Amino acid sequence: MIQCPKCHAQMNTYNRNGVQIEQCSGCRGIFLDYGELESLTRLESQWAQQAPPAPPAPQPYPGQVPQAYPAAQAPAWGAPHQGGHHGGHHRQKSFGRMLFSS
Amino acid sequence: MTTTPVVRALGELAHDRAHATTARCDCDPPLVLADRPDGTVVRSGPVVAKAHAPDADTAALASRLALAASPGLAGVLLAPIGTAPQARVEEPTGMTGSGTSGGYAPGAGHRTVSLWPYGEPVDPADPDAAPWEAAAALLARLHRTVPPGPLPPMRGPAKAARAVARMCRARPGDPDTAPVLAAWRGLPAWARAEEGTPPDRAGFLCHGDLHLGQLVRHPAPHGPWVLIDIDDAGLGDPAWDLARPAAWYAAGLLAPETWQRFLDGYRGGGGPALRVPGDPWPDLDVPARALTVQTAALALAKSAAEGRSPDVVEQLMIDACVRIASLPPELTSERAS
Repeated sequence: MIQCPKCHAQMNTYNRNGVQIEQCSGCRGIFLDYGELESLTRLESQWAQQAPPAPPAPQPYPGQVPQAYPAAQAPAWGAPHQGGHHGGHHRQKSFGRMLFSS
Repeated sequence: MTTTPVVRALGELAHDRAHATTARCDCDPPLVLADRPDGTVVRSGPVVAKAHAPDADTAALASRLALAASPGLAGVLLAPIGTAPQARVEEPTGMTGSGTSGGYAPGAGHRTVSLWPYGEPVDPADPDAAPWEAAAALLARLHRTVPPGPLPPMRGPAKAARAVARMCRARPGDPDTAPVLAAWRGLPAWARAEEGTPPDRAGFLCHGDLHLGQLVRHPAPHGPWVLIDIDDAGLGDPAWDLARPAAWYAAGLLAPETWQRFLDGYRGGGGPALRVPGDPWPDLDVPARALTVQTAALALAKSAAEGRSPDVVEQLMIDACVRIASLPPELTSERAS
């Protein structure tokens, strides 16, 4: 377990689209490893390019509660809108076929 | 569907096994459950006969059938009727095909046949009711089992490579294949079946081709769920068996709560594929990218053969390849490459 360099409380690890983020359980400060800020910035600009209008991008600022992160992690290349059950009958039928084939 | 000589021969083999020849026969006619180049499956009452792929490695198939028959895997893999390949059927070489051949002698156009008890499949009309937890628990048990004997490699990476080759044949030079090929090239060599699996991931018993058609209730219709189809089973990275649902989830097709149920079921069963608590993606990333490529490649191959564009669901898998292909390398959670 990492200790917060500022307030010495325990830091918890979260995963944001494949990027590991440590957040202090006390002061809510964020610790990023080498290259992770760049990765997040790149991800953010990719999202903005791929899915206009951009969804409110989750900003890992101190003060945000960890519960705001998605419960299930996803890879960096995951769909911007994880969902599954939206979509019409045709989509359900087509996915039904995919579920059962090699 | 026209009845081919292979289908007729399988129907006869299954029926011969279903009851004593002296018994009065009021059986329904044999039913074709699948008829694809890589496997023809015909049911007669309680017995199912399968003709395996014409190019299947006979020795490898025999060891896979022995695996399914192994007592240590009872309740995980459906056991065949008898352990040895039951018979062979001849593929027709022209319009005048023949039926069952005698003996097991391999030869051109001969397909190994195995016999199985019938199991009740997942209802394709109701995928929401699919047994995700049971599937996950069965995989966890399979992956935890010490291999009972020598086995060939699990064929997951080989199937992905085959799907990409099929796409290239179906759509030569088609720009729509570019993102799928780019995502494919970004995978480590082992995931493209060009090298063996890294030693830290190899050696686990794997199914090799998990999807919802690979689960049946046995005895039908209310028995416990078991896994079927050992044609791709063998030793390899157990994360590969989780990778198809992972790919569906990452593409936005599988609901997050369904995916979480599957993951929890696997972890609850003590499955070894996910090595750390918390984020599963460091272990899933490479196989899930490979299955995304495989699914997108087959979608492009099949839609080309049917003279249509990919449908909305197939397009989501292709879109996932676009995102994989545009990914900066430091954002892949890839390991051991």
